Amino acid sequence: MNPVNYLYLSALLFSIGAAGVLIRRNAIVVFMCVELMLNACNLAFVTFSRLHGNLDGQIIAFFTMVVAAAEVVVGLAIIVTIFRSRHSASVDDASLMKL
Amino acid sequence: MENLIGLLIAAPLLGAAVLLCGGRRLDRVGHWIGCVLAGASFVIGVVLFAHMLALGGEERTLREHLFSWVPVGGFQADVAFQLDQLSMTFVLLITGVGTLIHVYSTGYMEHDERRRRFFGYLNLFLAAMLLLVLADNYLLLYVGWEGVGLASYLLIGFWQHKPSAATAAKKAFIVNRVGDMGLSIAIMLMFTTFGTFAFGPVLASTDRASEGVLTAIGLTLLLGACGKSAQVPLQSWLGDAMEGPTPVSALIHAATMVTAGVYLITRSGAIFNASPDAQLVVVVVGAVTLLFGAIVGCAKDDIKKALAGSTMSQIGYMILAAGLGPIGYAFAIMHLVTHGFFKAGLFLGAGSVMHGMNDEVDMRKYGGLRTYMPITFVTFGLGYLAIIGFPGLSGFFSKDKIIEAAFAKGGTEGWILGGVALLGAAITAYYMTRVMIMTFFGEKRWQPDAEGNEPHPHESPKSMTIPMIVLAFGSVFAGGLFSLNEAFVKWLEPVTSFEHGHSPLSAGAVTGATVAVMVIGVALAWAQYGRRPVPVAAPRGSLLTRAARRDLLQDDFNHVVLVRGGEHLTRSLVYLDHTVVDGVVNGTAASVGGLSGRLRKVQNGYARSYAVSMFGGAAVLIAATLLMRAV
Amino acid sequence: MSQVVNAGFPLLTATAAVPALGAVATAAVPAARRTAAKWLALAFSLATLALALVVLVRFEPGGEQYQMAESHAWIADFGVRYELGVDGIAVALIALTALLIPFIILAGWHDADPLAGSDSGSDAGRSYSWRPTQGFFALILMVEAMVVISFEATDVFLFYVFFEAMLIPMYFLIGGFGDRAAPAQFAAGTAGGGDEAAATQRSYAAVKFLLYNLAGGLIMLAAVIGLYAVTADDLGQGTFSLQQIVQARASGDLDLATGTERLLFLGFFFAFAVKAPLWPLHTWLPNAMGESTAPVAVLITAVVDKVGTFAMLRFCLQLFPEASKWATPAILVLSLISIVYGALLAVGQRDIKRLVAYASISHFGFIILGIFAMTTQGQGGATLYMVNHGISTAALMLVAGFLISRRGSRLIADYGGVQKVAPVLAGTFLIGGLATLSLPGLAPFVSEFLVLVGTFSRYPVIGIIATFGIVLAALYVLVLYQRTMTGPVKDEVRHMPDLRIRELVVVAPLIALLLFLGVYPKPLTDIVNPAVDHTLSVVDRHDPKSDVEPVRETEAAK
Repeated sequence: MNPVNYLYLSALLFSIGAAGVLIRRNAIVVFMCVELMLNACNLAFVTFSRLHGNLDGQIIAFFTMVVAAAEVVVGLAIIVTIFRSRHSASVDDASLMKL
Repeated sequence: MENLIGLLIAAPLLGAAVLLCGGRRLDRVGHWIGCVLAGASFVIGVVLFAHMLALGGEERTLREHLFSWVPVGGFQADVAFQLDQLSMTFVLLITGVGTLIHVYSTGYMEHDERRRRFFGYLNLFLAAMLLLVLADNYLLLYVGWEGVGLASYLLIGFWQHKPSAATAAKKAFIVNRVGDMGLSIAIMLMFTTFGTFAFGPVLASTDRASEGVLTAIGLTLLLGACGKSAQVPLQSWLGDAMEGPTPVSALIHAATMVTAGVYLITRSGAIFNASPDAQLVVVVVGAVTLLFGAIVGCAKDDIKKALAGSTMSQIGYMILAAGLGPIGYAFAIMHLVTHGFFKAGLFLGAGSVMHGMNDEVDMRKYGGLRTYMPITFVTFGLGYLAIIGFPGLSGFFSKDKIIEAAFAKGGTEGWILGGVALLGAAITAYYMTRVMIMTFFGEKRWQPDAEGNEPHPHESPKSMTIPMIVLAFGSVFAGGLFSLNEAFVKWLEPVTSFEHGHSPLSAGAVTGATVAVMVIGVALAWAQYGRRPVPVAAPRGSLLTRAARRDLLQDDFNHVVLVRGGEHLTRSLVYLDHTVVDGVVNGTAASVGGLSGRLRKVQNGYARSYAVSMFGGAAVLIAATLLMRAV
Repeated sequence: MSQVVNAGFPLLTATAAVPALGAVATAAVPAARRTAAKWLALAFSLATLALALVVLVRFEPGGEQYQMAESHAWIADFGVRYELGVDGIAVALIALTALLIPFIILAGWHDADPLAGSDSGSDAGRSYSWRPTQGFFALILMVEAMVVISFEATDVFLFYVFFEAMLIPMYFLIGGFGDRAAPAQFAAGTAGGGDEAAATQRSYAAVKFLLYNLAGGLIMLAAVIGLYAVTADDLGQGTFSLQQIVQARASGDLDLATGTERLLFLGFFFAFAVKAPLWPLHTWLPNAMGESTAPVAVLITAVVDKVGTFAMLRFCLQLFPEASKWATPAILVLSLISIVYGALLAVGQRDIKRLVAYASISHFGFIILGIFAMTTQGQGGATLYMVNHGISTAALMLVAGFLISRRGSRLIADYGGVQKVAPVLAGTFLIGGLATLSLPGLAPFVSEFLVLVGTFSRYPVIGIIATFGIVLAALYVLVLYQRTMTGPVKDEVRHMPDLRIRELVVVAPLIALLLFLGVYPKPLTDIVNPAVDHTLSVVDRHDPKSDVEPVRETEAAK
C-alpha cells in the first residue's frame, strides 16, 4: 500500500480535530479533538519515518505522546476545577481572562 | 581711617537686621535704634570728611578692599570701597538728610503700628544707598542699585493693605528693573571690552576702546539712570511712588535715590566724554524730562504728585548738566545737593501739612494754612524760594550755573538747551507758586471727610519741625557756601575734572534772564490762583491740562501697549502651551491609547477565537512558506 | 589611567548607601509608630548630610579631576564597572542634595499623616491599607540615594541605571501624595468629590512624569548601547567608563564618525533635556509640581532635575565635545526660548505652584544657556545656579506649601492680605521670591549674572535677550506677592496662623544660606572653578579675550 495514503489520513484526522476545536463548546470534546490532532501528527511522523527510512520520526512521535500525556493531566485538572467552580464545561463560559 | 568706610555701611545695615528680625520686643525703642544708627553713620561720614580735608586734593581717594566676591576665571568681582570727593559728597548728603528724615519719621509715623519695620526699611535703604556710592566697581554698585530699588519697593508699598500702594510699589520695581537691565548690559559690555568692571581700570582705558562700544556702554548706562532717576521714557513710576509715606518720598524719591542716575553718569564721566553721541542722548533725555516733569507738575492737584513732577524736572536739569561733560558735572552734583536740601524740605513740609489735615493730599482742599502752621509755612516757603531760584538762595546758584553751562554747549544745540532750561525755570516758578498759593494762601477750603471729621490743622510736633528747620537752613545757605570762591567745583575737580564753559551770553545776561523768567512764572501763577478763589472741584481745563493730569498720557500708553498687550500675550501663551505643546504630547498619548483600545477587543477571552487566530496564523505561515518555495 | 583609586574607606558609596539604608529602615517601622519613622528618616538624612560634608571637606579643589574614586568590576562581560568619583561640580551638587533633604523631610512632616477621621465612613479620605507615612519618607530617602549615586557615577551604564531607577520612587511620590487643607477645612465638607478629582489629576501628572522621562531614558539607553558598540569596535573591548572614553578620544584611539557622534549626543541630550526640562519638553513639570505636595515639588525641581543639567556637563560635553559644539546654536536658542517662555507663562498662571514650576523652567533655561555658552563664567555660573536655584526654589516653594496647607487652595485668587495676618510667613515668602528674581545680595544673583556675562562675552545678542528674563522675573514674583500677600485681608485668611517653629526651622537656614552665598560665594566658586576649567579644556574652548587690555591696577590708581 502506498504510504502516502497514511499522510492523507493524517491530514483528514487533523482537520477533523481542528474543526472540532473550533466548533465544539464542551471542554472535554475540545480536549479530545486536540488529542486527535496530536495523534494525526504522530501518524504523519511515523509515516515520514517510514518514507525516509530513519527513526527520527518515530522518536519524535514518542516525545509527542509524552507531552500529550502530560498535557492531558494538566488540562483535565483545569477542566475539572473550572467545572467545580462554574458548574459548566463550556469553554465559552470561561472567558474571564480577557482585558 | 580707611576701615571706617565699611562701618559707614555696616551701621545702618545692622540697624536693618536688628529691626527686621528683632520682633515685637523692639517695637517701643525701634525707631530710636534706627535714628541712632543713621546718626552714627553720619558721624562717621563727618569724621572721614574731616580726614579727607586734611589730605591734599589728589590724595583724597580712600580705598578699602574687604574680600574677593565672585572670582571666576577672568571675572574678578571684589567687595571693595572707594571714597573720593564725589562719594563723600553723597555720603554726607545721604547720611545727613537721612538722619534728619529718620528723626522726622519718629513723629510722622508715631501712630503706625508697624513703625519699627518702617525704620528697618529706612536703615536698609541707607545701607544700600551708601553701598551704591561707595562701591569701587560697577557690579558692587549694581548691588546697591538694586538694593535701593528693594528698599524703595518696600517703602512705597509700606501701607500695602491699600491696593494702590501695593500696585505702585510693584510698578516702581518693575520699571526700575527695565533700567537695571540696561545697567547690567553695560557691565557685561565693560567686561567684554575691558576685561574688568572696576572704576579705576575701566575709566582709565576709555581712550583705547572704540567709540562705538563706548557709545553702547554710555547708552545702556543711561537706560539704567533713566529707570532709577525717573527720566523719560522710564519716568512713569515716580508719580505713583507718592503712595509711600511722605518721609519716604522726601528721602528716597526726592533727595537721594532718584539722583543715583546722576551719580552714575557723573561717575562714568570718562565714558561719556569719549562718546559725543551718548552725551547728546543724555542731554536730550534731560531736556525732555525737565519740561515733561514741569508740565506734569503744573496740572496735579495732589501736593505730593505736584512735587514729584518737580523732582522729575529738577533731575532733568541734573542729567542735562551731566550730559554737558566736564563743564557740567560739578554743577549737576551741586544742584543735586541743593535740591536734596530744598526738595526734602518741601516734601517734609507737605508731610507736615498732611499730618495736620487728616492725610488729605488734594491742594484744592487746603488754603490759608499759613496761620495754622507757621513753622511749616516758613520752612516750606524758604524751600519754595530756593527751588524757583530766588536770588541768593541755594537753587539760584546751582540752577543758574546749569543754564549757563547749557548755553555754553555751543552752537544751535547750546541755544536750544539753554532755551529749554530757561523755559523750565519759568514753569518751575509757575507750578511752585501754584502749590504755595493753593496750600498756604487764599481762603480755607477744607471740608469734613466721608466720616464727617472736620480737619483741625495744627502745627506738627518738634520731632518733625526741627528737621524741617535744619533743611530750610540748607536750602537758604548751601548754594551760597558752595559758590564762595568756587569751593564746590574745586572740591570735585579731581574726580570729575572741570572746564569753564564759554557761553555766548555773558554770565550776567544769563542770570538776568533766569531771574526774569522766574518773575514771569510767579506772576502768571499769581494771576491765575492768587487773584481769584481756587475752585474746590477741579475745572475741566484745557486739553494740555487734562493730558498733564494723566502724566501726559504716558501711563495710558503703557497700560494699553505693555499691560494689556502683555496680558494678551501671556494668556495666549498659556493657551498655546496647553493646546499645542502639551497637546502634541497628550495627542500622542491619546492615539497610543486609542490604538490599544482597538487592539484589546481582539482579546475577548473566548478560547475558540484564539484557536481560530492560531489556525489562521498557521495557515498563513504555511501558505507563505509554500509560496516562497514555489518562487 | 590617571585616576587614583581610593583604597581606604569608600566614602562615596557610604554617602549613597546611608540614605538607601535609611529608606529600608524607615519602611520597616511598624504602622502604628509613624512619628518614630519620621525621626528615623530625619536622622538618616542628617547622617547623609554629615557624610556629604566630609566629602566636601576632603575634596581638594586643586587636585585630581575625579577624587575619592572607587572602582570595582560589576558586569565584567560587558565592561560595566562600579566606578565612582567626584569633581567639584558633583561635590557641590551632592552637598546641595544632602542639605535639602532634611528640610524637605521637616517641611513634609505632616504631609503623609493618615487623614484625620478617615476611619469614620462619612469622610471622603481613602482608608490606607498600607503605611503612607513610612512610605513617604522612605521614598524620599530612596530618591536621595539614587540622586547622590547619579552624581557620583563615572561609569555611563551605572549612571544610566540610577538615572532611570529614580523615576520609580518619584512616580509614587507624585501620584500617591497630594496637597491637603488644614483639618478645619476638611471638616467643612468641601473635600468630597473635589478630592477624587484631585486624585485623578495627580495620577495624570504622575503618569505624565513617568512616560516623559521613560521616553527620554529609552532613547538614552539606545545611545548608551551605541556608545558601547562603538568603543567595542575601536578599543577591542567595550567600556562604559567615562574617563577611559574621554582619554581614548583625546589620544585618538577612539575616533567617532561625525554622524555617529552627533546621533549619540542627541540620544543623551534628549534624556537630559526632558529631565532638565528644556522647552518644548517641559510640560510635565508644571503638572508634576502642581499636583504633588510642596516638599515633593522641591524634590523634583531642586534635586532630581539637577541630575539632567549636571549630566549635560559631565556626559554630553565630555563624551561628545565635537557634537556639543555642533549642537550649541540650536540648544542656545531653545534655552533662550525656555527663559522667556517660562517667565511669560509664569506671569499668566493662576496657581501658585504652577507659577513656581514655570519660573523653574525659566531658570533651567539660564542653567543650560550657561553650560552651552562654553565660557568659564557661563559654566561656573551654571553650576552655581544649580545650587542656588535649589536653595531659592526650596525656600519659595516650601513657604508656598505652608501657605497652601493653611488655606487648602493653590489658587492665587483665594489669597489676599496675608501680610497683615502672618507677617513672618509673608516676609519669608518675599525673601524667597526676591531670591527667585535674583536680587543682588542673595545667592541666585551671582550665578545669574555669571551666566549672563559668560553668554554675553561669546554671544552678545543672546546675552541681551536673556537679560529680559530679569524683568519678567520681577513681574511674576511681584505679581504673585502682591496678589497673595498685600491688599485688604480676605475673610478666609483672617485667622491664618503665622509660621510655626518647625516651619521656621525649615525656612530660616535656607534664607541664611541664600544670604551667605550671595555675599560670599567664594568657597563655592573655589570648588567649582577647577572642574569647569577641566570640562572646558576637554571641549577645547577658551574664554574670549577682552577687546582692550585692562590698565594695571597701579596705573589706574594713580
